[in-house]
Amino acid sequence: MSHYNFAYLDEHTKRMIRRAILKAVAVPGYQVPFGSREMPLSYGWGTGGVQVTASVIGPDDVLKVIDQGADDTTNAVSIRKFFERTAAVRTTTRTDEATVIQTRHRIPETPLRAGQILVLQVPIPEPLRWLEPRETETRKMHALEEYGVMYVRLYEDITRHGKVAQTYEYPVLVNGRYLMRPSPIPKFDNPKLDGNPALLLFGAGREKRIYAVPPHTRVRSLDFDDHPFEVEHWERPCALCGAQDVFLDEIIVDDKGGRLFICSDTDYCTRRQAAGRASGDHP
Amino acid sequence: MSPVADGPLLSVRGLGKRYGTQTGCLDVRFDLWPGEVIGVVGESGSGKTTVLDCLSGRVAADAGRVEYAVRDGRVVDVLRQDESARRRLLLREWGIVHQNPRDGLRMAVSAGANVGERLMALGARHYGEIRGRALDWLAQVEIGLDRIDDLPETFSGGMLQRLQIARNLVTGPRLVLMDEPTGGLDVSVQARLLDLLRGLVVELHLSAVIVTHDLAVARLLAHRLIVMRGGETVESGLTDQVLDDPQHPYTQLLVSSVLHP
Repeated sequence: MSHYNFAYLDEHTKRMIRRAILKAVAVPGYQVPFGSREMPLSYGWGTGGVQVTASVIGPDDVLKVIDQGADDTTNAVSIRKFFERTAAVRTTTRTDEATVIQTRHRIPETPLRAGQILVLQVPIPEPLRWLEPRETETRKMHALEEYGVMYVRLYEDITRHGKVAQTYEYPVLVNGRYLMRPSPIPKFDNPKLDGNPALLLFGAGREKRIYAVPPHTRVRSLDFDDHPFEVEHWERPCALCGAQDVFLDEIIVDDKGGRLFICSDTDYCTRRQAAGRASGDHP
Repeated sequence: MSPVADGPLLSVRGLGKRYGTQTGCLDVRFDLWPGEVIGVVGESGSGKTTVLDCLSGRVAADAGRVEYAVRDGRVVDVLRQDESARRRLLLREWGIVHQNPRDGLRMAVSAGANVGERLMALGARHYGEIRGRALDWLAQVEIGLDRIDDLPETFSGGMLQRLQIARNLVTGPRLVLMDEPTGGLDVSVQARLLDLLRGLVVELHLSAVIVTHDLAVARLLAHRLIVMRGGETVESGLTDQVLDDPQHPYTQLLVSSVLHP
């Protein structure tokens, strides 16, 4: 611990990143460039999220790290350990106890509250990337609010599949102005972006961009008037806790086609199971 | 009546562009009136396409002044407006038909999406209506309605060019810039496309600048002609006048070079 500065990054770097975060908060959805540092984990493992977390975390914070909804996967365990060692902060798996939550692929099922910070790891921040390869051009398109081409993509999806086939990274318009790629969260989580009381920060380490959705900001998923935005639905509830309106993962349990659908949010699921056992509602 | 309704739609004065020591075009001047089609003819390298590229802003002109009367009657300085204004103008008022339809189309999305793109860029958010407008326009340019969901890759050269025209005209532009619209098409397909263009220009009261090396195309479509050589205008006038009674030696050469089968 004593060999590292608090939370690994030096203070100048943290100040630079905090400035980028402030700018991102001031212009919701706008991608702010920042001097991304080499981190002791490889690109694609959350280097952007880790730098944002390191810049906003304080000694009194309680950290939770989520990877695909789970607290116990390699990425989540490693990043949690990283901050235990370099910042000596308390960590938790409970969404309601945490003050800073770093996450990959999910927004927790437990509603966030004012004062919490959710840090999302972003692989590719540019929503127009696969439609327009030139960075100079995409910046111009953002500046001039030229987002028609994104609708071309939705049009094409509806034409080919009868509905918008994009199920994750579903594009959103933030505060009626900037088109934003909400990191690879399932579109199921898109409604949670809208008007969320917590501060949502997005960090892309390789692409060197930070953007933000400040508390209570309007976030609208793009759609057509006659093909409104919809989230996924499952026919069955979670096999473990019986939860209905949550995002479920499909688990293959044998080689005879047996499968289970269970909550992707492990914290939410285990606490419901515990509560269910206490009241005798669930097996 | 708006104050400039009596004036030209597009007014070009002293337009010039140099590529290093090479002359792209020099002191090009013309007025384009509402509903008028001007043909720019000349051999390869004569500066025809440079004129068009300067107008559309694809290349920056070095000299001259281009004024355009927008729908609400204001006159804008095309060469000196900022980029956002230029892009808005291209989207709302102008259409550009490229010689190679692949430059003007999105080859990876269906014909319907290609036609609908400008509508969506202008804020159309109703899938059914966008599709309906796309179907209308495919019919207008004589593309089978059952091809609406096909990729442009599967279209023939003539169909691609007609699709590109539909994509441009769907938002009702007032000025269309065309660079060799019939280039690379065989003669029967050319004839059909020319027929179509002639009909659309009249029906929609379009103004157009058409760049072509093909005098037959110019005779069919253009009301007036500008003959260019080495970047300079050598002759201009009514199409029949220029083609039937050419005054400049170069125009005489150009006209006499056409083969009559």
